[in-house]
Amino acid sequence: MSTTATATAAGGRRHSVSVASRTHFIVLGVGAVLLVLLIALPFFGSTSLTRRLVDFFTLLALAELWNLMLGYAGLISVGQQGFIGIGSYTLWLFSDKFGINPFIAVIFAAIGGAIIALPAAALVFRLRGGYLAIGTWVIADTLRLIVANIKQTGGGSGITIQAASEMSTGTRVPGVYWWALGVATMAIATTYLLLRSRTGLALKAMRDNDLAAESSGVNLWRTKLYTYIIAGAGCAAVGAIVAIHLLRVQPAAAFSVTWTAYLIFITVIGGIGTIEGPIIGTIIFYVLRETTSKYGTWYFIALGVLAIIVTIWSPAGVYGWIVKKTGFMVFPLQRKLQIAESKVAPPQITPSGGGVAS
Amino acid sequence: MDWLNAGVQGILLGGLYALFAVGLSLVFGTMRLTNLAHGDLTILPAYIALIIVGFIPFNPFYAIPIVMVIMFIIGYALQRGVLNFVVQSGDVAGVIVTFGLSIVIANSLQQGFTANSQGLDAGTVENLSITLNDRLAIGWLPLIIFIMAVVAIGLLGLFMGRTKMGRAFRAVSDDQEAARLMGINTKHIWAVAMGVALLVVSIGGVMMGIRTTFHPLLGSDRLIFAFEAVIIGGMGSSWGTLLGGIVLGLAQTLGARAFGSAWQILVGHVVFILILALRPQGLMGKAVTA
Repeated sequence: MSTTATATAAGGRRHSVSVASRTHFIVLGVGAVLLVLLIALPFFGSTSLTRRLVDFFTLLALAELWNLMLGYAGLISVGQQGFIGIGSYTLWLFSDKFGINPFIAVIFAAIGGAIIALPAAALVFRLRGGYLAIGTWVIADTLRLIVANIKQTGGGSGITIQAASEMSTGTRVPGVYWWALGVATMAIATTYLLLRSRTGLALKAMRDNDLAAESSGVNLWRTKLYTYIIAGAGCAAVGAIVAIHLLRVQPAAAFSVTWTAYLIFITVIGGIGTIEGPIIGTIIFYVLRETTSKYGTWYFIALGVLAIIVTIWSPAGVYGWIVKKTGFMVFPLQRKLQIAESKVAPPQITPSGGGVAS
Repeated sequence: MDWLNAGVQGILLGGLYALFAVGLSLVFGTMRLTNLAHGDLTILPAYIALIIVGFIPFNPFYAIPIVMVIMFIIGYALQRGVLNFVVQSGDVAGVIVTFGLSIVIANSLQQGFTANSQGLDAGTVENLSITLNDRLAIGWLPLIIFIMAVVAIGLLGLFMGRTKMGRAFRAVSDDQEAARLMGINTKHIWAVAMGVALLVVSIGGVMMGIRTTFHPLLGSDRLIFAFEAVIIGGMGSSWGTLLGGIVLGLAQTLGARAFGSAWQILVGHVVFILILALRPQGLMGKAVTA
């Protein structure tokens, strides 16, 4: 009400909506340099470092995709492991059975994930709220049991990815690394571009109030479907990358709900609904895992307790806390209203401003 | 196993699934909370019974009332101490917190009791059966479990329909604000609802512990079966849930009979998916989804 009134009172004053600030160009520059360094890493970094970063980037990609679904489309999935598993097995199918180069087979795995996501969405979207989450879990469990019951895939004991095993370490590790880095970058870029687009506005409107969004003409179902398919394809690609990385795929591991436990932890700790949150979350998770995972069950208990505490008492996560303290977002996604001139110092509210609609 | 025998086993197993399912839907119904820790909270009673019979060497059957009281207290405390904070924060917070809780419970049980399978020994009743003819024999234990499950579901229905507390549950479920204005303490009601839900499932939890072995990681299967029974039967109807549980139990045992035991759970999932695709409101649900 007051802003509208001010604009009317000021008459010729111009206002504009801006997204990025000057600082963001510096951030973009730093980001570009960092990306180039990361791309070049296999040439100067050790093999073990490269391997560790594969873990890091696969988790980051998964977390970003999960965050896209949850933080923006309001879809709570605890079944992304279904797509990870499908991706791993599609990779095996294309590389070992059809003889396609494993690094190209990753693309087929992503397509496989997208294809599975379509009927899966048609099913689980019938469920409301939290029941949708269990629905996605059932789908993932169904996929696991189907794969585990097929003799050709080695059943429950799993199967070795021959094509990946025959590769030399010098080819395989950098290749896997670039794919992992690529998928993580793509996940972030897709989320960013999607949110800057028209669909992104729809997603954010939906997150904030789905009823209001729908009555403003947002097609909820289609928007959710796109998000679900993108996440399904991305998770399947990650599953394929992990399969090349580990040289072996096993239903219990590939379709494990532990994946989801990690994603939830990463996204919640970092901050749901932001691009930066999962990045921070993955770093925290990674450090925690390297230092405390030897404690086994205690480590998982700590992850669970932390997720509960953060959700209840600090739902914006670490990044939310940073934004609150500094007011700065690395990825410019918020639209800021800027009034060009301020000749009239205090905003005037005209009580009977004709034609002012709020 | 004969087809008829498999069918009877399926129906008896279904009663147990229904018992787990009514707990899940009671919580969802009263506070719109999807409790992903529900499965783990059906495993917990078996471990509590294990501790009790470790101290007092009597038949685990007698431990059931004690376990029920303990589970009610756990449920009440859990709701007031943790879950009440997320009831009004929407689905997402509820799912995340209960998922975290599920991890905490499963791993705590693993820490305290190892990942090995455990069992509760109820003595000879475990092996007694009624032989109807040379092809069909009904075990006493599965039959007792089924009867107890049906009685528990019936009593829960009476509790919801006839008692003051049950009315309060339904009032809070229908309109939280209006219920609060009428002087209902919603925080207390939610906690009682969680307590009652866990009290009911603990009967099944201990009985299942007597019938088969159990280990800390069974929770996710239990949650999924309970959920499938709710959706197959149709939400908001406890007899529907019983039917849903029986359909799921039948699908599993007949599936195992037809394709082998590795297919048991998968056939159950397939039936669930078919129902969700063809009749999303469930077998006995009303056409309008909640």
